[in-house]
Amino acid sequence: MDTATRATVRVRFFARYAELVGRSEAAVSLPLPATVGDVVRRVREDFPGASALPERPLAAVNLKQVKLDARVQDGDEVALLPPIAGG
Amino acid sequence: MRNAELNDMSYVTRSPISLDFLVAEVASPACGGTCVFLGTVRTGPDEQGVTAIEYSAYEEMVEAEFVRLLTDARARWPEARIAVRHRLGTIPVGEASIAIAAAAPHRAQAFEACRYVIEEVKRRVPVWKKELRVDGSEVWVDPSGRPTARPSHV
Repeated sequence: MDTATRATVRVRFFARYAELVGRSEAAVSLPLPATVGDVVRRVREDFPGASALPERPLAAVNLKQVKLDARVQDGDEVALLPPIAGG
Repeated sequence: MRNAELNDMSYVTRSPISLDFLVAEVASPACGGTCVFLGTVRTGPDEQGVTAIEYSAYEEMVEAEFVRLLTDARARWPEARIAVRHRLGTIPVGEASIAIAAAAPHRAQAFEACRYVIEEVKRRVPVWKKELRVDGSEVWVDPSGRPTARPSHV
C-alpha cells in the first residue's frame, strides 16, 4: 500500500444529508493531491443515495468551513453540511 | 483564567436554557447595560401545525465555531461580556432554542454585540432543524425559507 500518495479521510454527513446517504459517516480513500471537491465527487459516486447530494455542498475540514478547492490530507475529517439553519 | 473558563465551557445544552444562569455569567459592576436575546420555537401562518422542532448539530464544530465567533465579537467590543447557549434535541413550541446575553458598560455596545452574535450564529454555526408537525409529518427547514417536504416514515 502506497501511503505516501493516498489519503484516507473520514467523511461525516449531517441532518438531511445523513438521511439521503443513509449513514452518518464513511471512510474514503483517494489519491493525493486531492481536494474537498474530489472527496465530494467520490462520495457521490460510491454511496447509494449520495448522488442526491448537491455537487457543491457546504463543507468543513477539521471543524472549519472551507471552499471545495481546499486540499485534504490523510486523517482529515471532512464534513458535508446542509444549509445552516440554527438559532 | 478567562481562556480556561472558555475551554471548559460548552455552548450546547440538551436541557431548557437557564436565563438567570446566563445573565449571571456576564454580570459585572462595570457593565451598565445587558441585552438578552432569546430565539424561540414558533408556530404560525408560515409554519402550520408545528408542535416542536428537532435540532441537530455537528457538535464539535459548533463548539469550535462559537469560540471563533466570540473571539471575533470580543475583538469588536473589547469591554463586552458575552454568554451564549444553543439548545439541541426536541424543543416544543414556545421554548428557547438559543439564548444570548451581552453586557457592556453602555447599552449601545450591549445591543450591538448581542445582535452580532445571533446574526453570526445564523450564518456559520452548523445546526439544523426539522419541524415536527401535528399531522405527523417532518420537514427540514431551509434557511432560505423553502421547506423540503418529505414523508414522515422515511
